[in-house]
Amino acid sequence: MATVVYTVGDDISTDVIYPGRYMATVLPTETPQFAFADDAAFNAQLKAHAVSAGSVLVGGKNFGCGSSREQAVSCLNGHELTIVARGFARIFLQNAINLGLRVVVCPTIVAAVGDDLTIAATEVVNETKGQRFPIVPLPQSRQAIIDAGGLIPFTRQRLLVEKGS
Amino acid sequence: MGMTLVEKILARASDRPRVAVGDVVEPRVDLAMSHENAALVINQFLEIYAGTPLPANLWDPHKVAIIFDHRVPAESPKTASNQKKIRAFVAAQRIRRFHDIRGDVGGICHQILPESGYVRPGTVVVGTDSHTTSHGALGAFAFGIGATEMASVWALGTVLNVEVPPTIKIEVRGRFRPHVGPKDLILHLIGQLTAEGANFRVLEYHGETVRAMSTSGRLVLCNMAVEAGATAGAVPADAETTRYLREEAGVTEPTDAVGPDADAAYDRVIQLDVSDLGPQIACPHTVDNVKPIAAVAGTKIDQVVIGSCTNGRLDDLAAAAGILDGRKVAPSTRMLIFPASAKIYQQALDRGYVATFMRAGAVVMNSGCGPCLGVHEGALGDGEVALSTTNRNFKGRMGNPNSEVYLCSPAVAAASAVAGVITDPRTGGN
Repeated sequence: MATVVYTVGDDISTDVIYPGRYMATVLPTETPQFAFADDAAFNAQLKAHAVSAGSVLVGGKNFGCGSSREQAVSCLNGHELTIVARGFARIFLQNAINLGLRVVVCPTIVAAVGDDLTIAATEVVNETKGQRFPIVPLPQSRQAIIDAGGLIPFTRQRLLVEKGS
Repeated sequence: MGMTLVEKILARASDRPRVAVGDVVEPRVDLAMSHENAALVINQFLEIYAGTPLPANLWDPHKVAIIFDHRVPAESPKTASNQKKIRAFVAAQRIRRFHDIRGDVGGICHQILPESGYVRPGTVVVGTDSHTTSHGALGAFAFGIGATEMASVWALGTVLNVEVPPTIKIEVRGRFRPHVGPKDLILHLIGQLTAEGANFRVLEYHGETVRAMSTSGRLVLCNMAVEAGATAGAVPADAETTRYLREEAGVTEPTDAVGPDADAAYDRVIQLDVSDLGPQIACPHTVDNVKPIAAVAGTKIDQVVIGSCTNGRLDDLAAAAGILDGRKVAPSTRMLIFPASAKIYQQALDRGYVATFMRAGAVVMNSGCGPCLGVHEGALGDGEVALSTTNRNFKGRMGNPNSEVYLCSPAVAAASAVAGVITDPRTGGN
C-alpha cells in the first residue's frame, strides 16, 4: 500500500514540476532538490526526506505537458515517487519509462492527500475511499525498455549485439 | 488505403513498403538536434558505453547538430561550464553543425536548422526540445525527445520503438485579414483542440491558406502543434518549400520529398476558415485558454516580448516595425525584442527595423530564447503581466510564479506596447 502525498489538477507543465530557471542543473543526482520548487511547502517536505519512497503523486490529465526537459522526470525519480495520473503528455511519459520513473495511467482516478492506494496490475484501489479505478497499460512498444531496466541498459544491450562483442 | 505524410516518411525510414497507425518501427534519423541540454545527453551517452569495450563515438557526426540558444550568453558559471563541456565534445567528435554564441551564425535552434538547410523534406528529425515540431513545416517528421532518448539516437542512429501515430488533418481556407496571421490561426486551433486534444497525434496542415503561406508562417503552425499535445506538426512540401530551401537556406542539391496519399486514413478532419478570424490571445496560465482580443483588450501590461522560435522571424519583425515606426512604447511598459537568429538580426539591421525599434524605446537583445522560458533575462516582478509572441504561458514560465503571461501575434504585441494595454492592432495601433 502507498500513501498519496500530493495531488495536482490537469495540464501540469514541466515548468511547474521543474522550473526553467534550474535547467542548468542536469545531473539526476542534483535535480531532486528542485522538484516542484515553486510550491515551497511540498518542496520543503521532499527536501527534508519527509516523503517515503513509493509515495504517490496523483495528477490529472496531460501531466508533464510542455518542455522535453528530462529533469522533470529525474527530479521525481530521485524521491522514488510513483505518479498516478489521468493521462500523461507524450514526451514526459517516454522520459519516465526511459529513466525508470514509475508512472500509472488511470483515467478516472480520484484520490486525496492521505489516501492509501493499492496499485495492482490492472487497477488502482483507493483503500481509504473503497473505490477501484482501472489502469490503461503502458504502450506495448515501451515494455521492452521497462523490462530492460531503462533505455540506457536497453541501448547498451543492442549495441553489444550489433557490434558482436 | 493510402498513407499520411508521417506514415510515408516512417515507412521509408524503416525500409517498409507501408506502415499503419500503431505499428512499432525503428526509423533512421536524418538529423539529431540538441541545445545546452547536450550536457545531459553527453552524460547519458557515456553511460551507455560504460563497462563495454566499445568506443563512445557518435553513429554519424554529420547528422548531429548542437545549437546554443537557451542561455546565451551564459547566465551562470554552471551554464558556462556546461557549454564548455559541450564544446570539448563537439571538437572531439568532429561535429560540424555546431552553432556557438556568435553574431554571425548563432541563433535559436528552430530557426538555425531550417535557415542553414539542415532540414529536408521527407526526413526524420529529432531534437531534445519540445518545439522540434517546428521542422514539420518543411515536410519532415520532426518531434521532441528527452536527453536519454537522444543519447540512444547518438549511439544507434535510430529511434527505438516508435509507434506510428494517428494523424489529424487540418484544412484551412480563406485569406487572413490585415494584422491577422498564422499565430492567430494556431492559437485559435489550440483553443478548439485543447492542450491535450492532439496528444500522441500528428497535425497535418492542408488547404489554400497553408499553400499560400510562407515557410516562416508554416513554422509557426508546426512549432505550436505541441501546445495541443501533438507529437508533430507537418506541412507537405510544395513549391514554396523548394523556394525556401533554394533562396533562403542555400540548398542546391535536389530534395527527396514525399507527400500524403489522396486516400490517406485520417483520425479526423478539422476544417477552418480564416476569412473572419480576428487577433487571438492565449490567457494565463494555459495555452488553450484562448480568447478573441476583445475579451481582454485594455488589460495593462508591464512587459512586451517579441521573439522566440515561434515569432522572432523577419516577417514578424517587419510587422512590429510597421506599427512601431514613428511611435513610442508606453512609459509604463518595457519592450524586449529578440531576433530569432543572427542572420535575421542582420537583415533587420539592413532594413532599418532595429533603428525603428530603438527609436520607439524597445530594447533589442541578442538572438536566443531570451525570457521565453524564464532562465536568465527579462524576468517579471511579482504581480506583473507580460504580453509575448512566444509559445507558452504556464504558471512561472517567465521565471516568476506570481506573474502572468498572455500570448499573441507580433502585430498585437507592437500595438499593445504603444498603448501600454492589450490593444487590437486593427483599431488601436495605427
